[in-house]
Amino acid sequence: MALEVGSGLTIGLILGTVIVVAAMLIWVERRLLSFWQERLGPNRVGPFGLLQVVADMIKIFTKEDWVPPFADRVSFVIAPAIIMTVILLSFAVIPFAPSIGVIDSNIGVLFILAMASLGAYSVMLGGLSSDNKYALLGSLRAAAQMVSYEVFMGISLLGVVALSGSFNLRTIVEAQEGMWFVVPQFVGFVIFLIAGVAESHRLPFDIPEAEQEICAGYHTEYSGMKFGMFFVGEYLGLVLVSSLITVLFFGGWMGPGFLPPIVWFALKSGVFIAFFILLRAAIPRPRYDQLMSYGWLFLLPLSLINLLVTGAVILSN
Amino acid sequence: MQKAWIEKMYSLIKDTLLSQVVTLWGVFKKLFVEADTVEYPDQQPYMFPRWRGRIILSRDPDGEERCVACNLCAVACPVDCIALQKGEMEDGRWYPEFFRINFSRCIMCGFCEEACPTNAIQLTPDFEMAEYVRQDMVWEKEDLLISGCGKYHDYNFYRVAGKQISGKDKGEALNEAKPVNVRSLMP
Repeated sequence: MALEVGSGLTIGLILGTVIVVAAMLIWVERRLLSFWQERLGPNRVGPFGLLQVVADMIKIFTKEDWVPPFADRVSFVIAPAIIMTVILLSFAVIPFAPSIGVIDSNIGVLFILAMASLGAYSVMLGGLSSDNKYALLGSLRAAAQMVSYEVFMGISLLGVVALSGSFNLRTIVEAQEGMWFVVPQFVGFVIFLIAGVAESHRLPFDIPEAEQEICAGYHTEYSGMKFGMFFVGEYLGLVLVSSLITVLFFGGWMGPGFLPPIVWFALKSGVFIAFFILLRAAIPRPRYDQLMSYGWLFLLPLSLINLLVTGAVILSN
Repeated sequence: MQKAWIEKMYSLIKDTLLSQVVTLWGVFKKLFVEADTVEYPDQQPYMFPRWRGRIILSRDPDGEERCVACNLCAVACPVDCIALQKGEMEDGRWYPEFFRINFSRCIMCGFCEEACPTNAIQLTPDFEMAEYVRQDMVWEKEDLLISGCGKYHDYNFYRVAGKQISGKDKGEALNEAKPVNVRSLMP
């Protein structure tokens, strides 16, 4: 088996790498956060604390995996599996390098948006089946937030689609040969960045799981590996949004030839992962109604204007 | 109407975008600031000499126990963690037959040190007193007693006090006047 798009070896490598990277992000995030807060972070397990992830995994696997007696058992168990599956499926259409990827779908962008919408089921089911006030509040918030931010997440991508003339992510990367789309689509980039944070409900938009207000939100009742799947799913979402930004706006694998394309891809995605962690370190959480009005009254019109202007420029050329 | 709208949008962009960028940059700069953390077991912090930590019983410069079993420390202790029993030596000195501090109750307030008339009980900068068994938190006299003088190097209670012991009669202590015959009128 060769290293080409869609071969079994490539699929296995992508799956393994993505999950390992998502797990390692737990350590990366704690370390970076602590540097930004003038602390040291976990540095005692292994060199630089690298084995912290192993210790965390041992802990989370040996914990009691408890299903509350009042919970709806079936949906309680499948909810965390949905978010992992959905986000891992989204990685299928991402072109990591010219010969690395799972499929070249002609509807790549649509596929990712569809999978992101399905991800809302995970948090909704998780919260509703827990039969817990905090979980219910969290899943209500999550549903409203994800549905409303998906709207202009899609619209902000339409500019890129219009410029490249394709929904295929590989074609979109190849269309950025001359100029990265971040230059003509800067507004679209900013909107997608904000929507991406809200979509993966990370700080500052972690309102569905805001622990200061509603315990842990929709995963209040989860423990053991089921909680671990929500936890790793969040980091998988972070990797997904970072690689999507790289693919859509920063030329994917393209870069000067002294480094292989996959390294360029990893470097660019790494910068965005670090940026998302910086967002978490720096920006406080907005109020819930502020988040909603900011989305519907400011970002939605802005993304529509961006789309209109892009269309007008393409027509006039 | 339109002007107000433009001003509103301008302030919205300024507040929502620019201030966030300033915040992000300010936090990012912390990457180059050294951490405040003291990595404790590897890196010992400086302990101040007057730190109120582990309690010791000191000896006077001659090597005798300073404690005279007056019970003032046990009375002063707000959590009643000190227990002792008075004994008397053949030369008339008082000493504690046992002296027990329950460190699982002790709050390191230092009242015992302030109450002690002989500078016997003292608090030291040592704070590493964790134990696995609760019973090990109870320290007996042989655990508490040290071989040195602690913070006061030349203080000896029996040398300055009027208490009579064999080899030192009334009036023979340091700076002590001879006893006065109270039945005599003569100056």
